[in-house]
Amino acid sequence: MNTTDGWFADVDRDDPDAMATAVREGHADEPRDWPAIALEAGFADDEDDYYDAVHEATMAATRAAVTERERADDRQLVHAVRAMDDCSRTANELAERLAEWAGTIDPEAGTGVAYARELARGETDDALEEPVVRSLAARVADLADEADDLRAFVERQTPAVAPNLAALADPVLAARLISLAGGLEELAKKPSGTIQVLGAEDALFAHLRGHAPSPKHGIIYTHDAVRGTHPENRGSAARAVAGKLAIAARVDHYSGEVKPELEAELAERIETIQARTAGDDGGADDE
Amino acid sequence: MEVPTMSELPTGVTRHTFDGTDRLATRGEPVYGEPTDGAWRAWNPNRSKLGAMLELDMDTGLAGGETVLYLGAASGTTVSHVADFAGPTYAVEFAARPVRDLLDAAESRPRLFPLLKDARKPETYAHVVESDVDVIVQDVATRGQARVALENRRFLADDGRLLLAVKARSEDVTREPAAVFADVREELSGGYEILETERLEAYHADHLGIVARPR
Repeated sequence: MNTTDGWFADVDRDDPDAMATAVREGHADEPRDWPAIALEAGFADDEDDYYDAVHEATMAATRAAVTERERADDRQLVHAVRAMDDCSRTANELAERLAEWAGTIDPEAGTGVAYARELARGETDDALEEPVVRSLAARVADLADEADDLRAFVERQTPAVAPNLAALADPVLAARLISLAGGLEELAKKPSGTIQVLGAEDALFAHLRGHAPSPKHGIIYTHDAVRGTHPENRGSAARAVAGKLAIAARVDHYSGEVKPELEAELAERIETIQARTAGDDGGADDE
Repeated sequence: MEVPTMSELPTGVTRHTFDGTDRLATRGEPVYGEPTDGAWRAWNPNRSKLGAMLELDMDTGLAGGETVLYLGAASGTTVSHVADFAGPTYAVEFAARPVRDLLDAAESRPRLFPLLKDARKPETYAHVVESDVDVIVQDVATRGQARVALENRRFLADDGRLLLAVKARSEDVTREPAAVFADVREELSGGYEILETERLEAYHADHLGIVARPR
């Protein structure tokens, strides 16, 4: 099909799949009088028949496109991000066990997942020829690889599920928030004050029992705008970030439109907050 | 040109009494839980910018039976009414979630054609949507609403109409709506002659209804 042809140019009126694909994937530079051209080409018997075909094809094409976009749903993301965390936590735990064991054989033994990878590749001392140690190291390396793959999956899928949230936070943080809330809808229904302390439940309940200060931030601590702000103003930054993330989650859940202005608004607010410490004298602020 | 004191409603749209109040109505399968009476279904101007434009007696030029390109169909609230009184109606919407509802509305309307496409990229649907449509209805909540109208001008017949609802808050949340509307009109006049404008305030905050024809 070239760019001056209609969607029906290369398809058979009796082939619904091909018609739907042509609607989804085709394009043209300029519209033309497609009904007349289709009749001339013998694609349809009359105008009614042509419009029936358009209805059939657009319904099938759009249904397929919607299903495809929605298959990338938030439940998948919740599972993926939890599996990712489980894999890396287990890899770290086993790497510690391994380091302890290897240390009894080779006093020069290293620690951590990086050392486990070395060991698995057989780049270490000959004293560590013991097959069970090497095999354990291989398991650790595999688990760490699995965690990396899952992270790549999360980074790919989050922008499809929650475009605004993924743009405002990084995709992994966005997925973690969805996971902590229990889903995108649940996150969209949470007030921003709750989003601010998601992941800091222990500190929050200690505070509510009355023997601790209120937590300033939960998992959103990993957001650059929070972490990059002077501790004195981190509470303000966390509040601003949580507020915009709450809006982003609602837009993603209820409308699905992309709103680039959210990012600009947050950047502007964070700049104001960070300017307070940069000025050192505190300066005037609207809070 | 004569100035009608009251614009005629298009054929297929009428005022019908639902529970004692007169409301706009079209005939078709109900879509969003609106009140019905026999075959008639009420058209709620608070949920539909085109409904508000008709309610405010704007001269939309709609007569019934037109070929329509509807940009920003969302879940199909308004476009279902349009398909009830118009001819072939192409409904473009970019967000997947509302399109699921749009598909339901299109199920019972054989001349309503749903398209999951981006109204800012007409070349992705120009192979389906025919040229010389009679009406473009536009209600997209993105920045650059005038540009969307200009980009899609290629579909419109020379004597066709653009019925545009501009949402000020989509262009810039912080600016005065009046200033935003002035900019939109200015940009729009690069390709359209504006025939009539009206604030839709009574039904939709910070919206401007525009009737225009290609220049």
